[in-house]
Amino acid sequence: MFSRRTDLPLDKDPLSRFLPWLIAFMVFLAALAQAGLIGLDGMARRWDSGLAAMMTVQIPSDEDGGADEDARRLQRVLNLLSETPGVRHVEVVGQDKVLDLLRPWLGDLESADVPLPRLINVETEPNADVDARVLQQKISRTAPGAQVDDHAVWLARLIDMVRTLEALAGVVLLLILMALAGTVVFTTRTGLTVHHGAIEVLHLTGAHDSYIAKQFAGRAGLMGLKGGAIGLLLAAPTLLGLGQMAGRLEAGMLPGMALPLVGWLSLLVLPAATSVTASLTARITVMRNLRRMI
Amino acid sequence: MKCESPPLVTANSTPSIARFENVGLRYGLGPEVLQDVSFKLDPGSFHFLVGPSGAGKSSLLKLLYLAHRPTRGLVHLFGRDISTTPRDELPALRRSIGVVFQDYRLLDHLSTFDNVALPLRVAGIREPDIKRHVRELLAWVGLEKHMEARPPTLSGGQAQRVSIARAVIARPRLLLADEPTGNVDDRMGFRLMHLLEELNKLGTTVVVATHNVSMVKQLGHPVLKLDGGCLTVSPGANAGRQAMEAGGRA
Repeated sequence: MFSRRTDLPLDKDPLSRFLPWLIAFMVFLAALAQAGLIGLDGMARRWDSGLAAMMTVQIPSDEDGGADEDARRLQRVLNLLSETPGVRHVEVVGQDKVLDLLRPWLGDLESADVPLPRLINVETEPNADVDARVLQQKISRTAPGAQVDDHAVWLARLIDMVRTLEALAGVVLLLILMALAGTVVFTTRTGLTVHHGAIEVLHLTGAHDSYIAKQFAGRAGLMGLKGGAIGLLLAAPTLLGLGQMAGRLEAGMLPGMALPLVGWLSLLVLPAATSVTASLTARITVMRNLRRMI
Repeated sequence: MKCESPPLVTANSTPSIARFENVGLRYGLGPEVLQDVSFKLDPGSFHFLVGPSGAGKSSLLKLLYLAHRPTRGLVHLFGRDISTTPRDELPALRRSIGVVFQDYRLLDHLSTFDNVALPLRVAGIREPDIKRHVRELLAWVGLEKHMEARPPTLSGGQAQRVSIARAVIARPRLLLADEPTGNVDDRMGFRLMHLLEELNKLGTTVVVATHNVSMVKQLGHPVLKLDGGCLTVSPGANAGRQAMEAGGRA
């Protein structure tokens, strides 16, 4: 793709020695932004498809009726849920798990210390339109005081936030691309000035603009590839580290935040994309500048 | 001051290599460095271009090797009007012109071989053909032992010969040399001039800008004389012989 022989000593330019490192730094940032974009997109999708099909029914403890009445109320709600169309699976959250959920706020407790509500996780069919308000009315008649939470408001806000972060990552990626192009334009223009004499000789020996542009484009493409590879090599351990840290944060409600395989594969495209961008930018810059010569 | 240029003789039906008609050139808003310049170069001719420093010799050569367009007047090269020739068609015309620069303008990072090979590479010639032609030419100019040398390590005479080799490697129809003997001793100067005459005998039209009056007199080619931007043409002692040779080649 890139010719090794050039008529212009472009590899001797001081600026072109720094260019791969500048590009590496930008690709490093671009890789983080792209990984963030892919990770956040995956997270939003999993939330959307996972939590949208989940509801939680909370049945408060009946202090007057005691444990027997609580068990009967629970059974009535379970029966109702099992008869409700669109409900795929119900699971009663164990009291130990409820205590675990309360521990951060109330400290170590025994189930006898406080009247614990009973929690039921309800999984609906993916395409079923189970109306939480209708279900709430039915359950309230069976077990007064019971609450149905379909997480809709919370989920919508969360997804909105994630989508905003996604857009931000996209903007960052775009800015990095523009900075890359700007750097290549600056370096190429400097190269045109430094090698003006040699370029004039090439022109006068009958070289077309494209012949000269090809040499700049080839050099910039090579620098882009080199810088892109370095940047990606630096970004990989960073992303692995971030993935491990995110893995430790994962709780029941949070979907996995590690970068999927397709995400890693898409990052591999970065050096090639950088190379093509640098090469094209250099070519366009040279062609535009040479047009001013006779 | 207005130049009194002789009228351009256009009766000759031979197509000219270069034809200037009332050409003027100025840089920016400065005064005209060339005024009403009219002349023509017949195929196979050899001309000296003389005149004091600042007379416009380099500017005239720049017009001939298409580094500038005229401010006014008509420049025809190889039958094309340069003012109306699209920019992307100029490289093809430039490939028919070889230029020997006063300061050689060799590319210091390239070897002697690569400097001479430059016009062929630009023209897209295959590498095996380039190797063959460049080796032959470097042997002809006596530089076969310096093929890998870089220009900064060459003497003035060697660099000048590399410059000449680069100018002629693509067999140009027009060869322009700006002070080709300016930086070498008289002996080497005459050797280089004989080299140019050999090329001329092979059919290349040659224009040599020089200050070397004795060489101009001794070789006897027609002279284009520039003074204050005005051009006069005088036939040399060899003009008749040249016309006959050009006629024979035609």
